[in-house]
Amino acid sequence: MTQYIIRRVIQSIFVILGVITAVFIISNLSGDPATLILGPNASADAIHAMQERLGLNQPLYVQYVKFLGDAIRGNFQQSLQYQGHSSMNIALTRFPRTAELAGAALILEVVISLTLGIIAAVKRYSMIDNIVMFIALVGQSIPNFWLGIMLILIFSVNFGWFSSQGYSLSPYYFVLPAITLAAPPIARLTRLTRSGMLDVLGEDYVRTGRAKGLQERTVVLGHALKNAAIPLVTVIGLDFGRLLGGAIITEQIFEWNGVGQLLVSSIEARDFPVVQAAVFIIAAAFVLINLVVDLLYAQLDPRVRLI
Amino acid sequence: MNAESGQSATTAQARAAQRAEITLASIKERRSNRRRALQMLWNNRLGSIGALILILVTIAAVFAPFLAPADPNHGEIVSRLQCPVLTSCPRFGTDQTIHGSSKHILGTDQLGRDILSRIIYGARISLIVGLTAVAIGAGFGTIMGLVSGYYGRWADSLIMRVGDVFLAFPFFLLAIAIVAAIGGGLFNVIVVLAVASWVPYARLIRGSVLSSKAQEYVIAARAIGVRDMGLLLKHILPNVITPVIVYATFGVAAAIIAEAGLSFLGLGVGGTVSDWGAMLADGRQYVGTAWWLATIPGVAIMLTVLSINMIGDWIRDALDPHLRNI
Repeated sequence: MTQYIIRRVIQSIFVILGVITAVFIISNLSGDPATLILGPNASADAIHAMQERLGLNQPLYVQYVKFLGDAIRGNFQQSLQYQGHSSMNIALTRFPRTAELAGAALILEVVISLTLGIIAAVKRYSMIDNIVMFIALVGQSIPNFWLGIMLILIFSVNFGWFSSQGYSLSPYYFVLPAITLAAPPIARLTRLTRSGMLDVLGEDYVRTGRAKGLQERTVVLGHALKNAAIPLVTVIGLDFGRLLGGAIITEQIFEWNGVGQLLVSSIEARDFPVVQAAVFIIAAAFVLINLVVDLLYAQLDPRVRLI
Repeated sequence: MNAESGQSATTAQARAAQRAEITLASIKERRSNRRRALQMLWNNRLGSIGALILILVTIAAVFAPFLAPADPNHGEIVSRLQCPVLTSCPRFGTDQTIHGSSKHILGTDQLGRDILSRIIYGARISLIVGLTAVAIGAGFGTIMGLVSGYYGRWADSLIMRVGDVFLAFPFFLLAIAIVAAIGGGLFNVIVVLAVASWVPYARLIRGSVLSSKAQEYVIAARAIGVRDMGLLLKHILPNVITPVIVYATFGVAAAIIAEAGLSFLGLGVGGTVSDWGAMLADGRQYVGTAWWLATIPGVAIMLTVLSINMIGDWIRDALDPHLRNI
């Protein structure tokens, strides 16, 4: 196990370095930073001076090494929009709000999907099964930015039950964004739970459980679900990472000022250092979560470590 | 190989599950043959409904100039914000109630443009972007997967490590980051969505190539002197392409949603073209006063994506019976 952990950690470090490299490449696609900072009306001399100050007149590989070194220490350039503030700090203060939203969505996802998935599997091919599977199919097809707008239209414009915008941890604010964010993963996890349960419901130990007169509930939840859950743990873990990425649009709809909204508003303001920091933070969190999920999975299912 | 462990763990798990599924299926088949047949029929019915919707959307896209009742980009300000036919709404900025007219079946937007016409033209962007982005992404991913799986060694390591970095970004984040740097536009959006999606195809193909490399038909083909290229394209590819086709179908649905999402954020195709995501973004500001602006393009996106997902389920059932329950 120790060996497996070390291997996975080292691999993740290299992936993070790759992420920094990707951010460097992407930012170099966006044109000359000096012109972006000074605006289109700046004189050629001013741009030249700025290029010198930022080290842009140095060869690309020197810039790359410097960028890599800075980024590892969490240093990106200062924000262009909020003068004098470190881009990384700005992004870091926004990140917990995104994590809270993703966490709320994850809880919703797990509760709803497991319930529906188990019911559908137990009542295979019944009316309930067909209805749940159809809803899941529709749920996978709804663009969640549209779902968010429809929820606002119905529950906040018409009924006034929930707020349509703003960040707060009271249910009045977070229920609609959490549902919006969770909808596509709910649909997917429901289908996976159903198929996972169907796999194990036909196993011998389930029949044994029933034969020795255990209650159906004990058989389904105690024996079948426990075995079906192992692969689902991976999916749920990875979904937390995906929710962080998916939050970009949801935050925009509900003006939830997390790192996703920061990213979009910084793109609009052409504040590229903040864009870099925001992209880096989301991707790094994603890599870390994947690492934790892999290690957890290896703990649950020892066969994995051998591969 | 070690970098793959997370991924192969899931595949090993899936394979074990599949094996259980097959034995299980044979038992269950006897028990509930009739129910099973009903289920297949239901799936097929969904598949044919999906095909029907997609054909209608495709016809709308191809024949847009003949089908659209009005110019999608021309609006008269006097007829702005009219509601769809059979509904009523207050006249913009007054207390008067007006009824939707059959002149604009789906109503008009904030500039007085006919929404039905914009929806019909919008189908073009969605389909073009969805299909070409996936064709490029899946094509590139397939080539990378073939190279990686067949030649192994440094090519394999390089491709898979680069793939790891791509997978370190949530799909939509990568798309946004690149569009933010290189700008929007039809061509850029297609390229970006292709770039953000090639890795799973490469991994799928690589895995299948690795396992089929040792199989008898490949060894036999090599023994009779088939060259690398011929072996890859004529013998291995047809045997490993099935999961790619299934995955690509769902990929089209995902690409259409992603394109609309980019447009929604103002990072999409842009310009004056009708685009469902951009219509949604415009309509969002009127959500309290003119519900149809945001509702209708969303329904268009959902129906199109739903139809493709239905077809995807259908194709998967037909091509790959092992996955039937997922």
